[in-house]
Amino acid sequence: MLSYIIKRVFQIAITFFLFLCLSYLLMEAMPGDFGQVFLDDPSLTAEQREALRAGLGLDRPPHERFLIYLGNLATGDMGISFTYYPQPVSDILLERAPRTIMLFLTATIVSFYVGFFAGKILAWRRGGATEYVTTVGGVMMYTVFTPWFALLMMWLFASNQGFDLLPLGKFIRPELWRDAPVTTNEVFNPMLLTMIIVSAGLFALIVGTRRLAIQQRNFIRLGGVTVLLAGAAVYWLTSGIGFYALDIAYHLILPIMTLTLINFAGTMLLTRNSMLETLREDYIATARAKGLPDNVIRDKHAARNALLPVVTSFVFSLAFAFSGGIITENVFSWPGMGAAFLEAAQTQDVPLVMGTLVIIGLLAMLAHLAADILYAFLDPRIRYA
Amino acid sequence: METQDSRNPVVSVQGEAGVGALDEERRKLHQQPLWRVRIQLALKALYANWKLFAENKIGLLGLAIIIFFALFALAHPIMMTYVWETSVYHPIRGFDGMVAPHPSPPSERHWLGTDPMGRDILSQLMYSTRAAFILGAVAALVTVFFGTTIGAISAYFGGWVDTIFMRFADIIITLPTIVLLIVLSALFDMNLFSLAIVLGIVFGFGATTIVLKSQALTITVRTYVDAARVAGGSRWHIIFRHIVPNLLPLSFLYMMFTVTDAIFTESVLSFFGLIDVGMSWGLMINTASVTGYLLNFETWWLMFPTGLSITLLCAAFYLVGRALDEVINPRLRKR
Repeated sequence: MLSYIIKRVFQIAITFFLFLCLSYLLMEAMPGDFGQVFLDDPSLTAEQREALRAGLGLDRPPHERFLIYLGNLATGDMGISFTYYPQPVSDILLERAPRTIMLFLTATIVSFYVGFFAGKILAWRRGGATEYVTTVGGVMMYTVFTPWFALLMMWLFASNQGFDLLPLGKFIRPELWRDAPVTTNEVFNPMLLTMIIVSAGLFALIVGTRRLAIQQRNFIRLGGVTVLLAGAAVYWLTSGIGFYALDIAYHLILPIMTLTLINFAGTMLLTRNSMLETLREDYIATARAKGLPDNVIRDKHAARNALLPVVTSFVFSLAFAFSGGIITENVFSWPGMGAAFLEAAQTQDVPLVMGTLVIIGLLAMLAHLAADILYAFLDPRIRYA
Repeated sequence: METQDSRNPVVSVQGEAGVGALDEERRKLHQQPLWRVRIQLALKALYANWKLFAENKIGLLGLAIIIFFALFALAHPIMMTYVWETSVYHPIRGFDGMVAPHPSPPSERHWLGTDPMGRDILSQLMYSTRAAFILGAVAALVTVFFGTTIGAISAYFGGWVDTIFMRFADIIITLPTIVLLIVLSALFDMNLFSLAIVLGIVFGFGATTIVLKSQALTITVRTYVDAARVAGGSRWHIIFRHIVPNLLPLSFLYMMFTVTDAIFTESVLSFFGLIDVGMSWGLMINTASVTGYLLNFETWWLMFPTGLSITLLCAAFYLVGRALDEVINPRLRKR
């Protein structure tokens, strides 16, 4: 097992290096270079242009620049953004990451839970109108044109023609924050931390009490949930910034709802297919022959084993959350990483594009690794040499 | 008798009327050229698969939607020639001076209203349908060409050929397609056709190759591949005459999924205004967006029909793909 992990880490490091090379090559292949951006400006003399090129290092050969870039990257320096001059790229990404993580972590967890649950039931009730309606509906949601769906949701829940309940976009109400004693990220980071602690606590609680007797289990679970939620509530009530957190949470509802509705369908269809394959296994027939109740066969025998591809897909979507957000973040004007990436690509802000690509690539590689290791743990049939 | 090669029947019992008729039939079969026999066999297989496919109402629904959109696209040139005046109804250059202000709501003159530039929405919608079909078809063909060839080659040769292609596929699937294409279309000039090719290459070298290669691996160990090798078939003969034809059903399935992805990706890219197209569904929403009508829900006809079309056509190809999956993958079939 350990040797397998080491081997995978080594392979992924190589793949990441190749990924960096290819990304850099792509940027290099862009027609023209940054020195030509000011060509139309007559007040810039030829010497000044040369000085600009030399200052940006554009007079050196590409492979030399790539090595310099790698060296800088190793120290965490991703260069300076063109459009947000003089902010360094790493600062921009660090500022935007919590917002994206907050939005997508919540949406991904909720949608996987709902999707797994729905898919399990869907596979169990094969045939009939239920199957057709849910499958067609699920496929529609899976392939829906995301910007359009987001607009529909806004129309329904945030416009004066539907239920005018939720904000139309953005992640804060600016007039509320004008005199705020804290920056948005000083509220975002504790919110994110609270969420992670609460969800990790819940997960540990459920896994830890799995083998207990049912009376004991329900008591401990209920108590644990109360303690976790009460702890979070007390922390936010006493922190003094709870009001601002509430504003952010209010702006979070609509994007999370939209993302959940879009994403859960994929999980549902995947779970259904995985369940259908599991249900043909011999041990399901054995369980039936033993006379076990239907819901025990479904939840304990079939669903557990159908979980494997779903878990892999979950780990990948966590990594892809940053990019899946490009469309949603753009439509909801949510200033996260995806929006930064799209803006950078549209304005040809090469350092920022490259920086975002590096982060997305790194996360995806780590997710691949995590998925492989999880697979090995979850499925004892897979043995690695 | 039945199991023998029908082209070379062993003529045995004569005299009985039934057998004589059978022989007559066989002689006719024998006189037919080989290609006709092959076509008959192919039709027979097609019919059997169609029955399996038609069992699944979901696939039929998808097919119906695709046919509807195909007719919708075909109707556009007819309408432009015989019914609509070109200067008013042209999807890109048209302008209706008789109606004001633009965008105007649906009326008898413009069934789906006009866009902020005075162009007819229905005409744009129909014109873009053709673009979507062409894009999907080109992207799917390119994907399947690369995916099948590379999958078969890397499964058959193994070794360093396999390593190179699979590591390359790893890198491609690391990045979500949309991120890669946003970078590509923002940094380079792309039109609909080059986008279709690029999409095909990205899909074809990425996930599709991995799936097709794993399928090809199960084919390379079959006995008929060994038999072909023993009979003196060259490597390329084995790859293209024995492995690739057996991969084609699965490739066809992935074609459907590629069409969905291609139409979706194109719509997103032109929604962001990143590619250079005359008119497409994504561009129609982009037009509404850049003229400030995106969040104006009173002008619903600018977005609603377009978004619905994208969703329906993407879903239709996906539904057909799923139904085909049940034909090809027996484990998913109903017991």
